[in-house]
Amino acid sequence: MSVLEVRDVKKSFGKTEVLKGVTFSLDEGEVLSIIGSSGSGKTTILRCINQLETADSGYIEVAGEVFFDGKNKKEDSQTKRKKQLNVGLVFQDFHLFPQYNVLDNVTLAPKLLAEEREDFKHNKKQIFAEIEEKAKVLLGKVGLSEKLGNYPCELSGGQKQRVSIARALIMEPKVLFFDEPTSALDPELTGEILKVIKSLAEEKVTMVIVTHEMSFAKAVSSKVIFMDNGVIEEAGTPEEVFDNPKSERTKAFISKFED
Amino acid sequence: MSFLEVTEFLLEGFKISLLIFGVTLVLGAPLGLPIAFGSMSKFKPIKSIFKVFVWIVRGIPLMLQIFIIYYVPGLLFNFQLFGEVDRYFIVEYGIMDAGRILAVLIAFTINYACYFSEIYRGGIESISRGQYEAGFVLGMTKSQVFKKIILKQVIQRIVPPMSNEIITLIKDTALANCIMVCEIIKNAKELAATKAMIWPLFYTGVFYLLFVGILTIVLNKTEKKLSYFRS
Repeated sequence: MSVLEVRDVKKSFGKTEVLKGVTFSLDEGEVLSIIGSSGSGKTTILRCINQLETADSGYIEVAGEVFFDGKNKKEDSQTKRKKQLNVGLVFQDFHLFPQYNVLDNVTLAPKLLAEEREDFKHNKKQIFAEIEEKAKVLLGKVGLSEKLGNYPCELSGGQKQRVSIARALIMEPKVLFFDEPTSALDPELTGEILKVIKSLAEEKVTMVIVTHEMSFAKAVSSKVIFMDNGVIEEAGTPEEVFDNPKSERTKAFISKFED
Repeated sequence: MSFLEVTEFLLEGFKISLLIFGVTLVLGAPLGLPIAFGSMSKFKPIKSIFKVFVWIVRGIPLMLQIFIIYYVPGLLFNFQLFGEVDRYFIVEYGIMDAGRILAVLIAFTINYACYFSEIYRGGIESISRGQYEAGFVLGMTKSQVFKKIILKQVIQRIVPPMSNEIITLIKDTALANCIMVCEIIKNAKELAATKAMIWPLFYTGVFYLLFVGILTIVLNKTEKKLSYFRS
């Protein structure tokens, strides 16, 4: 069953048309990698799905909920926010909250959300304890059990990015998006992030990854999209796109990454 | 007049200086916030009004603003508002200068609120958009993002410029003597005029220095306390 539907999404910034009609879908448990050169619109489509940008036209649906409908754009911020809970986004530059330690970075959002629960007043302690427990499990999974009390400024880039992955995971998004998660990292630190994403793929977390790590994309994805100049130039399985690209542009792009 | 008597007399004046300082800070600091939000408003007319207001208040000398607040009600409405307040407090409570001090407090509060608002605005605008976006994608409301994520980072960033402004404020209180409010320098000048004593005028510097010294320690401590994170 498709958990993400993107249909003919267009978006311009001023006179520059960044997305010229992008269409794709994703099934539960699938991992989609979006590759392409800078300025091809990869990040913009991610930002449109995550409601950080409003598309000009088209249709976006996540887990059966209409995220964007070009024919009916009006929407209050409260419904937008509620819908946003279906998806998670990991940023290139982490964007951890500097004044909170690692554990609090992960628990902040779920704790705030819990305040809206009807039983919050009676079970506050228990609810918070559960959230903290869950956060500790997730942080253990990304290898940061030792760092719970540390502040972001005390962490390496790779550690920061792993915190931000845990922070996104605790909200249990139906689809988790990564916007070039390793682009701000040294090659050395890139490996640790890719390992985490790989383990998530094995657990069948539905993910969309914008990346420049070609060999990683090939290994981890069930689907690959090559974007060029605001359109999907080629889409298919990793074997199809990487080993037998049909389009000349895809060929040219991929050959740049081969040693 | 003995040294002790002079000290006591100047201290009387310094109490007024501290009163102006304290009230301006307590009222001006929060008042700066709506002015900051006004001048960041997405609604152009509102934004322009606030910008022009801040421009005027920061653009003319504070001394002139004290004169304007003090004299304009009388000129416009033929009603000596602050003079009446003066009289009322003298008659009812035996308190001197109440009306003049009120005029000074109004002028100072508005003036400093505008300066503070620019510091707030700078602080708020210096927080990266990524912080707002990170909060939003985690399902937080706008007010949660501001209260739980943005505010503390802003506070950390504005403490140094605010410290500067606060230190300037205590020295600016001397301007109150332009409408004859009996703050410390006015008292020292009175000694010069009536007793031909010049040295108390210079002696007032010690009062300011001591107070600024205490302020500096407190403000540095605040800055240090907030330095546990780096944004």
